[in-house]
Amino acid sequence: MPDLLLELFSEEIPARMQAKAADDLRKLVTDKLVDEGLVYEGAKAFVTPRRLALTVQGIPARQPDLKDEKKGPRVGAPEGAIAGFLKSAGLKSIDEATIQKDPKKGDFYVALIEKPGRPALDVIADILPVIVRTFPWPKSMRWGARSEKPGALNWVRPLHAIVATFGIDTEEPEVVPFEVDGIRAGDTTYGHRFMVPDAIAVRRFDDYAAKLAKARVVLDPARRRDIILQDAKNLAFAQGLELVEDSGLLDEVAGLVEWPVPLMGSFDAAFLAIPDEVIRATIRANQKCFVLRDPKTNALANRFILVANIEASDGGKAIVAGNARVIRARLADAKFFYETDLKNWKDKPLDTRLEKFREVTFHEKLGTQYQRIERIARLAGELAPLVGADVDKAKRAAWLCKADLTTEVVGEFPELQGLMGKYYAQAQGEDASVAAACENHYKPQGPTDRVPTDPVSIAVALADKIDTLVGFWAIDEKPTGSKDPYALRRAALGVIRLVLENKIRLSLLDLFRTAQIAHKESEVRGHLKGYVGELILYSPIWINHEVQWKPFNFPFINEDAAAWVIESATNNRFFDTGFRLEKVTAGIRRIQPWGVPNPSEVATIEEKIEALEIAPPAPDTGISALAFFADRLKVQLREQGARHDLVDAVFALEGQDDLTLIVRRVEALGKFLDSDDGKNLLAGTKRAANILRIEEKKDGTTYDGAVDASLLTLPEEKALARAIAAAKGDASAAVAKEDFAAAMAALAKLRPAVDAFFDKVTVNAEDAAVRANRLRLLNEIRAATRAVADFGHIEG
Amino acid sequence: MEALPSHMRPERSFQGLILTLQRYWADYGCVILQPYDMEVGAGTFHPATTLRALGPKRWNAAYVQPSRRPKDGRYGENPNRLQHYYQFQVILKPSPADIQELYLKSLAAIGIDAHLHDIRFVEDDWESPTLGAWGLGWECWCDGMEVSQFTYFQQVAGFECAPVAGELTYGLERLAMYVQGVENVYDLNFNGRDGADKVSYGDVFLQAEQEYSRHNFEYADTAMLLEQFRMAESACRKYLEAGWDGGKRERHLMALPAYDQCIKASHVFNLLDARGVISVTERQSYILRVRELAKACGEAWKATEAGGVG
Repeated sequence: MPDLLLELFSEEIPARMQAKAADDLRKLVTDKLVDEGLVYEGAKAFVTPRRLALTVQGIPARQPDLKDEKKGPRVGAPEGAIAGFLKSAGLKSIDEATIQKDPKKGDFYVALIEKPGRPALDVIADILPVIVRTFPWPKSMRWGARSEKPGALNWVRPLHAIVATFGIDTEEPEVVPFEVDGIRAGDTTYGHRFMVPDAIAVRRFDDYAAKLAKARVVLDPARRRDIILQDAKNLAFAQGLELVEDSGLLDEVAGLVEWPVPLMGSFDAAFLAIPDEVIRATIRANQKCFVLRDPKTNALANRFILVANIEASDGGKAIVAGNARVIRARLADAKFFYETDLKNWKDKPLDTRLEKFREVTFHEKLGTQYQRIERIARLAGELAPLVGADVDKAKRAAWLCKADLTTEVVGEFPELQGLMGKYYAQAQGEDASVAAACENHYKPQGPTDRVPTDPVSIAVALADKIDTLVGFWAIDEKPTGSKDPYALRRAALGVIRLVLENKIRLSLLDLFRTAQIAHKESEVRGHLKGYVGELILYSPIWINHEVQWKPFNFPFINEDAAAWVIESATNNRFFDTGFRLEKVTAGIRRIQPWGVPNPSEVATIEEKIEALEIAPPAPDTGISALAFFADRLKVQLREQGARHDLVDAVFALEGQDDLTLIVRRVEALGKFLDSDDGKNLLAGTKRAANILRIEEKKDGTTYDGAVDASLLTLPEEKALARAIAAAKGDASAAVAKEDFAAAMAALAKLRPAVDAFFDKVTVNAEDAAVRANRLRLLNEIRAATRAVADFGHIEG
Repeated sequence: MEALPSHMRPERSFQGLILTLQRYWADYGCVILQPYDMEVGAGTFHPATTLRALGPKRWNAAYVQPSRRPKDGRYGENPNRLQHYYQFQVILKPSPADIQELYLKSLAAIGIDAHLHDIRFVEDDWESPTLGAWGLGWECWCDGMEVSQFTYFQQVAGFECAPVAGELTYGLERLAMYVQGVENVYDLNFNGRDGADKVSYGDVFLQAEQEYSRHNFEYADTAMLLEQFRMAESACRKYLEAGWDGGKRERHLMALPAYDQCIKASHVFNLLDARGVISVTERQSYILRVRELAKACGEAWKATEAGGVG
């Protein structure tokens, strides 16, 4: 059967788009072939910086013939209906239609349409131009003279040529006859841009790939990767070094060359004084080169590997020298950034450094970075005793942890945030656990990332994540479907892993509430600052002789005055309007040394402050955030093989917000339900619940009152009542001691009594009072099991 | 190139490099313009690019543009960074099908042999928030060094480019450092002479870098600049308003003078930014204000003869 070869030859395609483009091309073409009844045997797509190629093997030469019946109007229908039917069915006269009998509704016409299959070549010629025109590039463009007219072709970069051939391997294939925006498909492609730029006539995929290889083009990206990796490793090995592997970089570099030629260069060993990560980031991000290390010491070597696109006439000497020169300049910059940062960290007090954050917005509705750090520090302080951390160290680490965001190195390489914070904190002699927390508080970043174990790191990592979660929750920026722009799922999973893997005991609801209050405080502070700012802005006050354009300079003065106002307004009295007003008025008086505020402006602002409505934190925010955590925990436990219904059964009990305890309960419950006692008790409890549900519905009442001992007559029901009382007491006592296995064991003792009860006792007794009492007894079974979980949520 | 006297050769002389590029693009048929006589941040700001990129008319031009980036000043102490440097700008509308080959041949003309050096087109999409412009293209690498920007303009001043223009921007100092093989920009041989006759880049520009860095970071008169920004903004709007022929928005008679004021506002903003008197939030609003001017100028330009009317 015939094969299709397609190549779209263009100017350089961005490396990051190549893999998906190859995949899209294969999928779009083969899906369309199948839609058209052309079921193929195999397909593979390839991509280089200048071409997208596809081979599809084993396509039938023709589409199968199609037979279709089209139902028409009834016999004797109005002429208009008949004419419409003839037109839609493609018939010349109604004689060409057959009549189908239908005694009930009346006879009607049926057209038999036979559609002969078309040659595959024609079908493909129709399909391909549409795919080219609608290809899903993430970003595409117009070019050249044709771009003047609407409807011009869009492609990722200018498209120059199309190869499209179709045929069986024993014959000369045909060119698929089509054209897109002036580009006619043919059988000519081109070799490597510099080494073999000539036109190449191709027939089928086999000779196409072979001729390209001769023309210095490695078509298969996987092969280019292999060549780069192998050659780079060999170059490293020859120098007694080891390649620092980097698969993201490898993919990118393989997408930048058609003929990969790895070469090794070096830089001045003096640059090795810069942290390894900074060197690596510099060389990787700017130059797309690999770094090497000494396998004995694991330290970086002063070498790099670049991947050229040509075999140069001098063996690559000029290329290596050129790259080395650029790397030297880049490393000189990096060294300068690093040294500037170190100097600034050592010489500047923390407060001055953090000042910058007052101007950086974290989120429009959640205030500045500075306010965020204030909140994290407060929360970290509260968390410290719960995780066994020193309160002062936790607070200190929280104040420091974001400070590296203002440094030169992190500005240049954002991926080094945290790590640089650690280095700089060490350099200024911070406590080791404080420095470690600067790096670790971002962790864990995902399900496989390392979880910090140092208590100070844990406190700050938890505080950071909880602050983010509660903040975005309060402004209703919750994740929906696949959208999670603030990575809240990751943050919640981070909290779960931090708590569980460190076996930390804490109440999530309490923590949410503390974070909520901190957010409210931020909000009030923000308003107060704004008002004081307005006052300075609109009052005819002469601030100092140099400032002639107030709006550009007031933020500094504003901060100064506002800081004092806010200082005075602490003591948790933010929601007290009278207190707020008093303090702000005092603040206004404090501005007076700089000038006299306009009294009417003061009055307006006082009114605003009075009218400022700050609602206390809504209690349900915590509850819905907790439900979000329950979902994340389910996902997490399911991945570890636990049953998600057991998590539901535990969360259904009130006040379950201690993750460590919840998981221990789920584990104990799982073990219990694996035992015979557990299974039978579950069955008994479910049976009791079913009977109750039916009877309660029938009677329109609930049977949740106390059991009347005097109405118990049969020995089995008496025994059950006794067993329940005992089990309830024992289970509750065990739960209080957090001994869930013992609680389960206590419940297990219910089983014989429950079994005997269902065996011998008729619940629906004739005496109404006895019946009601037995139903209440059933309810007691359910109530007893609630000591450990809500069995109603358990499946099976 | 062999016929050139040695002091004119691009690998020996900064001015020789410029002259070689000018000759190359003149041979192609470009109009060789002189620098625009205003302070701009990049060659793109020259009306020969920003405005000429709009409208249907054919336009091929090349020119050197001194570019000022006040924030990039380093008091003459950094070997690579300058607050004033030269760009060589080529604009070809519509973009010719062989524009990449034309570019590669221009590199060959200044002595960069594609069989010896590793020349690469690396994705780099271009966007100018102040000009309301964007395009797709590459940074062109020579042995790992970015030597040019290559852009297919898709939109300028908020308008679709129809047809699309191709823009090439050569970083002249970098290219010269590369072909001359020097590590420090101030060591570049400017005039291609030796011994006492030699003039270096440092001889020409080092003092200027020191003085302007001091000015840009420490002494530029912010009150005056703030006033100038507002004046340029309001003058731009005034000229745009007055330029509509007969008050009807069909034909414009003063797009170029109005655009000068837009350029002015943009440069003044860059100076204010370097002085650190613009906060993060204000920054965005200044950029938006310049963009609004650029858009209005683009709209006016499209109603002029060179912009395609009549």
